[in-house]
Amino acid sequence: MLRYTLTRLLQAIPTLWIVITLSFFLMHLAPGGPFDGERQLPPEIEANLLATYHLDEPVWQQYLIYMGNLLQGDLGPSFKYKDFTVTELVAQGFPVSLELGLWAIGLALLIGLPLGVIAALKRNSTVDYLVMGTALAGVAVPNFVIAPLLALVFGVFLGWLPVGGWNDGAWPNLVLPVVALSIQQIAYIARMMRASMIEILGSHFIRTARAKGLTETEVIWRHALRPAMLPVVSYLGPAIAGIITGSVVIEQIFGIPGIGRYFVQAALNRDYTLVMGTVVFYGALIVLLNLLVDLLYSALDPQIRYDD
Amino acid sequence: MPTPLLEIDRLRVEFDLPGGSVAAVKDLSFTVHEGETLALVGESGSGKSVSSTAALGLLPALARPTGAIRWHGGAGNEDLLRVAPKRLRQIRGNEISMIFQEPMTSLNPLHRVGRQIVEVLAKHTVLRGRDARARALELLEQVGLPEPGRRLASYSHELSGGQRQRVMIAMALACEPKLLIADEPTTALDVTVQAQILSLLKDLQRRYGMAILFITHDLGIVRHFADRVCVMRGGERVESGETAALFADPRHAYTRMLIDAEPHGRKAPVPADAPLLLEAHDLRVRFPLNRRLFRPTTYFEAVRGIDLAIRRGQTVGIVGESGSGKSTLGRALLRLLESRGEIRFGDTALDGLDSAGMRPLRSRMQVVFQDPFGSLSPRMTVGEIVGEGLRVHAPELGRRERDALVQEALHDVALDSTMRHRYPHEFSGGQRQRIAIARALVLKPKFLLLDEPTSALDRSVQATVIALLRDLQERHGLTYLFISHDLAVVRALADSVLVMKDGVVVEQGDTEALFQAPREAYTRELMRAAFLEEAAA
Repeated sequence: MLRYTLTRLLQAIPTLWIVITLSFFLMHLAPGGPFDGERQLPPEIEANLLATYHLDEPVWQQYLIYMGNLLQGDLGPSFKYKDFTVTELVAQGFPVSLELGLWAIGLALLIGLPLGVIAALKRNSTVDYLVMGTALAGVAVPNFVIAPLLALVFGVFLGWLPVGGWNDGAWPNLVLPVVALSIQQIAYIARMMRASMIEILGSHFIRTARAKGLTETEVIWRHALRPAMLPVVSYLGPAIAGIITGSVVIEQIFGIPGIGRYFVQAALNRDYTLVMGTVVFYGALIVLLNLLVDLLYSALDPQIRYDD
Repeated sequence: MPTPLLEIDRLRVEFDLPGGSVAAVKDLSFTVHEGETLALVGESGSGKSVSSTAALGLLPALARPTGAIRWHGGAGNEDLLRVAPKRLRQIRGNEISMIFQEPMTSLNPLHRVGRQIVEVLAKHTVLRGRDARARALELLEQVGLPEPGRRLASYSHELSGGQRQRVMIAMALACEPKLLIADEPTTALDVTVQAQILSLLKDLQRRYGMAILFITHDLGIVRHFADRVCVMRGGERVESGETAALFADPRHAYTRMLIDAEPHGRKAPVPADAPLLLEAHDLRVRFPLNRRLFRPTTYFEAVRGIDLAIRRGQTVGIVGESGSGKSTLGRALLRLLESRGEIRFGDTALDGLDSAGMRPLRSRMQVVFQDPFGSLSPRMTVGEIVGEGLRVHAPELGRRERDALVQEALHDVALDSTMRHRYPHEFSGGQRQRIAIARALVLKPKFLLLDEPTSALDRSVQATVIALLRDLQERHGLTYLFISHDLAVVRALADSVLVMKDGVVVEQGDTEALFQAPREAYTRELMRAAFLEEAAA
């Protein structure tokens, strides 16, 4: 298990390297630079700035300098938030995004799993069609449509909840962004759980369980639920990563100081180091989450063991 | 006077399908008496499994059973189609239990073996905790599982098919049922394992005094295993009676056909001066078990130094259990797998040829695989499947010429040539295997590798495929390498036989000599199992 974990972490290095390299060059291909403001800077000052940040050198040299610093754990200073390093900004924004993401995925599982199971058990009934129809709508409507609608209804018209702001994660501020983030995931998880549950209910060992004289409740709780959840578990890695990175839009809409908001603004501002820092961080996060999910999977399914 | 235990009375099972309802079982009646073994015999689709699952109320939701299934093993006379669900659950696994055809998938893969046995004890008996585990251990001992103590903590994927079926039997017998329904319990297993499981069932039947309803398509088993037989076809009972009497004097034409479908006849020998067509010397195939940087790779040797010579017009049979390396050997001979050692086909040395070098030879060496359902592309018409080889090997042919050859090949395997516009799913297993043979034949091969071509087929269908293979061999002067675990089929088709075990040839010789007087203990064991001599004794 330890050996497997280490191997996977080693394998992540080339993956991350490719992601970083691609993003680096793509970003520099985009026209403009961090100091092209509306206000034209005096040429001497601009030259000075560019020299300080090595931006006057060829791109490949900048790349080597960046990689060298990265290997020492230095993500560099932010070009726009002049008093902060990128590491500080990420460290500030990430806990907020993480909290938002975990609530959202928790809510998605809490609602999605039971919905999927119920739909599977009542297959081809009105309940099933209702659940799956709603889920389909949930998948189809993007969260940047849902989020303003929620804010409009519950924030503006009804006035029950604040339309935005973080307020240190107080629950009234959490509700709308969490719901907006989780709706799509609820729909995905419910659909996935339904399909998987239907497949498991038709399998031979479920027939065996029934032939033993177990009640339907026992058959479902003891024999069907855990194997049916396995596909959902393997989806959780990408899902959590998707929620945390996907909160870019939601954070923007609700004005939440998470890492996603920095990401968008950094890209617009050509804040090279901050964009790269966020990319490195997201990349590492996705690799780690996928690894965690694979380890969790092996804990749930005895047929999968990662020893030599 | 035998006491009736389970009475199936005018059972009819209909399935509600989109196009209307279809009756899988029609007006079926039979009785299982206490302590006896009744065999329900029929080919696939005869309704035998449907009628037995109806007894436990395990039919799929679309099924509508009518009639009566009377159970006398509990409190008087109960109709299992009408009892309360709660009572039905008391009966399942306790008074009537069931084992299935699919030992590989019938156990929960996420629960330990011990827990699955304890579960049924906890449901129906007062045994709990340590007592239940002790009983589970005792059961595993009774079903002859090696190291039963350790096996309690095993997961099903750590057991072989035979071992899993033993666990299923242990689970079924946990509450000492009055009736065991065994639905093709040995079909998925090797012959030697089949013989062990059958004698285990007999043994346990005596010990527990239970009745067995044995569902099978294999008359060989029925003859040795059952007291009485009920033959089914198309959801109806065709004939029933005492086993010995029924085999001695089958009344119904269908029963006679089933009995006659046991392969018989012998292959005529080829002239002694027939030239060698395929030769192999010291053939070895190995698979890497682990590939890791900076460590020597360890290998599993699946074929370990085999010599083989096949003359033109001969059929060489290769027999052995699963894992013996027989399919690997066949594939290595056709260079479908990397191997070491010499292989000669006619005048050409095959070893060392890469796939491009082999390509011109492929039209002369063809192969038919076991699985007639998986080995034909579902998105191509039969004509495209059969004609595809011609596109590769005879690209100069026009469409019309190719079509003519396809029709000829289909005609050769006794299929109507108008069928070439249809897709594989529209055909039965036997027809698909004919299509697979036509696909090989269209290239006019000299040599045909037949890898278990009849194993997935019903006996009566098998007989027609065997007759076809014989006929084609005579007409086209074909040479066969016939791989099978079914000794009866090999005996009927092969000039000589190789018996394989763990990658080596244990014994080889002329078919008749080898079957009459096997020299090696392993060959004798294999034959005893295949012809069920032990179970008869």
